[in-house]
Amino acid sequence: MQKMLLLGDEAIAQGAIDAGLSGIYAYPGTPSTEITEYVQQSKEAKQKGIRSTWSSNEKTAMEAALGMSYAGKRAMVCMKHVGLNVAADPFINSAITGANGGMIVVSADDPSMHSSQNEQDSRFFGKFAMMPVLEPSNQQEAYDMVHYGFDLSEKYKIPVLMRITTRMAHSRSGVVRKEARNQNEMSLPTDLRQFVLLPAIARRRYKGLLSNQELFEKESENSAFNKYIDANDKSLGIITTGIAFNYLMENYPDRKVPYPVLKIGQYPLPYKLVEKICNECEEILVLEEGYPLVEEMLKGYLSKGLKVKGRLDGSVPRDGELNPNIVAKALGLPVTVGSDIPDLVVGRPPALCMGCPHTDSYLALNEALSNLAPGRVFSDIGCYTLGALKPLEAINSCVDMGASITMAKGAADAGLIPAVAVIGDSTFTHSGITGLIDAVNDKSPITVLILDNGTTAMTGGQESSAQGRIESICKGIGVEEEHIRVLKPLRKNHEENTKIIMEELAYKGVSVIIPRRECIVAIDKRVRAKEKAKKEAQ
Amino acid sequence: MKKDIILAGVGGQGILSIAAIIGTAALDMGLYLKQSEVHGMAQRGGDVSSNLRISDNEIASDLIAMGKADLVIAVEPMEGLRYLPMLSPDGWLIANATPFKNIPSYPDIDSIYAEIAKVKHHVMIDADQIAKDMGSSKVANVVILGAASSHLGMDFSTLEKAIISIFGKKGEDVVNLNINALKAGREYAEKHSIG
Repeated sequence: MQKMLLLGDEAIAQGAIDAGLSGIYAYPGTPSTEITEYVQQSKEAKQKGIRSTWSSNEKTAMEAALGMSYAGKRAMVCMKHVGLNVAADPFINSAITGANGGMIVVSADDPSMHSSQNEQDSRFFGKFAMMPVLEPSNQQEAYDMVHYGFDLSEKYKIPVLMRITTRMAHSRSGVVRKEARNQNEMSLPTDLRQFVLLPAIARRRYKGLLSNQELFEKESENSAFNKYIDANDKSLGIITTGIAFNYLMENYPDRKVPYPVLKIGQYPLPYKLVEKICNECEEILVLEEGYPLVEEMLKGYLSKGLKVKGRLDGSVPRDGELNPNIVAKALGLPVTVGSDIPDLVVGRPPALCMGCPHTDSYLALNEALSNLAPGRVFSDIGCYTLGALKPLEAINSCVDMGASITMAKGAADAGLIPAVAVIGDSTFTHSGITGLIDAVNDKSPITVLILDNGTTAMTGGQESSAQGRIESICKGIGVEEEHIRVLKPLRKNHEENTKIIMEELAYKGVSVIIPRRECIVAIDKRVRAKEKAKKEAQ
Repeated sequence: MKKDIILAGVGGQGILSIAAIIGTAALDMGLYLKQSEVHGMAQRGGDVSSNLRISDNEIASDLIAMGKADLVIAVEPMEGLRYLPMLSPDGWLIANATPFKNIPSYPDIDSIYAEIAKVKHHVMIDADQIAKDMGSSKVANVVILGAASSHLGMDFSTLEKAIISIFGKKGEDVVNLNINALKAGREYAEKHSIG
């Protein structure tokens, strides 16, 4: 078959379509977004009736995928690493319930935090849930692993976690497709109480999960994704996980590493292969993208046995993603570098677009707050987080999806009045609604700005799930109608908008202000799509 | 044959359109390719880069090692300088002369030109002006690609073919505009390459 040039994310999506996927569930999050987008845009997926619209958040996505698996069909759920925190409850429990139809959970980590709040390593979640974990080293493996992962999932009736990192997700390379297979027919679990985690059943299921660990390890021992590449020089043995293998190979242009290499792509770790390399080599270098998971396991707490080099002993930096130069240094090879960056080059941090509605919302908010002591604006995850930077410097927090409202509430409880929350429309439906209910129940003196630009902008303009329903949601959960104010964030409305915000800041209860103006990138995209459609019609 | 290319610019400037043309040409030649992209927050007006690697042998890393890039193609002059640590001593910097000033502290442009002039092998081209003169500022990226085209290890006609396959759907005018932009960049570079 012909090679397709695909991003790692797209390879996973195409792999899923070809492996008989029936539904994909996700909330957008960099670097995972393009998996679901690919399925949404795929004509093949449409023909096959694969469902693919966005979910409200990662937890609802995970649960819906589990439901599809319950009904016997193959399901995939995708998220960025911090999304797995949101979905952690159903994720961990899904290892106990097990699966029926094949289920793959894709979590895309972002070491170096290109677009994230932390660089947590999802492999720990896999270990925590005691689930098999797959970690591709290239786009072809990413494609192949989906097929394999669904088989593994159906063989042991357990969801499988697939962990990728930014460079895997957002790098393009040639992929050869397999023959597509059909979707599963609907079929319920043979034991209709399999998914009922009442203590008595959960205990039994948990014992089953524990006893399966040995089998999962055996699968890893025999997996084509775990390779032992022997070599003569046993002074060092190298264990790589995921894409770290590529950075190792980059340092040997003839692809011949003088030391034995164990390339890991499937967990739990293959005990015998790890034992072999540790027995045969004097020292072990662990190269892994993310936290030192394998390194810690090998080293043990007292580190009295093996000589292990990696992120913990400083051979590799403790944080951040790997690259060929970091690996060269760890191998004691000469590190190449070009000329220095001239001193005059200055940083160019990301910024709100020219004409962005958020800028006007923040200018009005800043002015409305100008007579109060600073430090009372809690914000959230989205483009508007850039309001923390100069020249706006408008917000004082960004923690996790939805935390603006609840943190403002907590601060108000402590006496910081008025406290302000700034949250986007999509983040509000992701995790803001429940916090707003808490605030309403307590009649907390907070002013919540729901910046409604009609899209999930930061991740590239995905559909926002409560389009046109934000006021009615707020009203429905008990925000008083006269304290739900809609305004249009434009420079010409600045004074009026500032006045509205000041009025609501003065109210000693929950206010919601909805500055509503479409994202300018979304407008541009919409107009272009329209022009294109017009041209095609001609 | 192996070419390691850094594409540099500011989020929204469309460096991926350059990557798409080179990538399509590389596939046509049956070469291996790896291309890393930037998505997410950094796209919002921040500095962005893409690592594009083509080779007749299988490619290991998605990222290029420092000091190993054969080419830095910059659609913005200061962004070209940012990637000098990636450029090999024999490599070429192909830089657009038109700055993208979305930060208050943007340095003096003549000082930037002076730094570019210090790079051993370089082409500086006012792609925006050339594109404007041709009637569409949209093709500035293709002008820059044209200026880089003699260093890509591929025939000019292969790049033309790639443009036809990418822009074919948009009609003959768009194809011709892009091919002329490619030619204009190439011609400029033939006369103004330093080093």
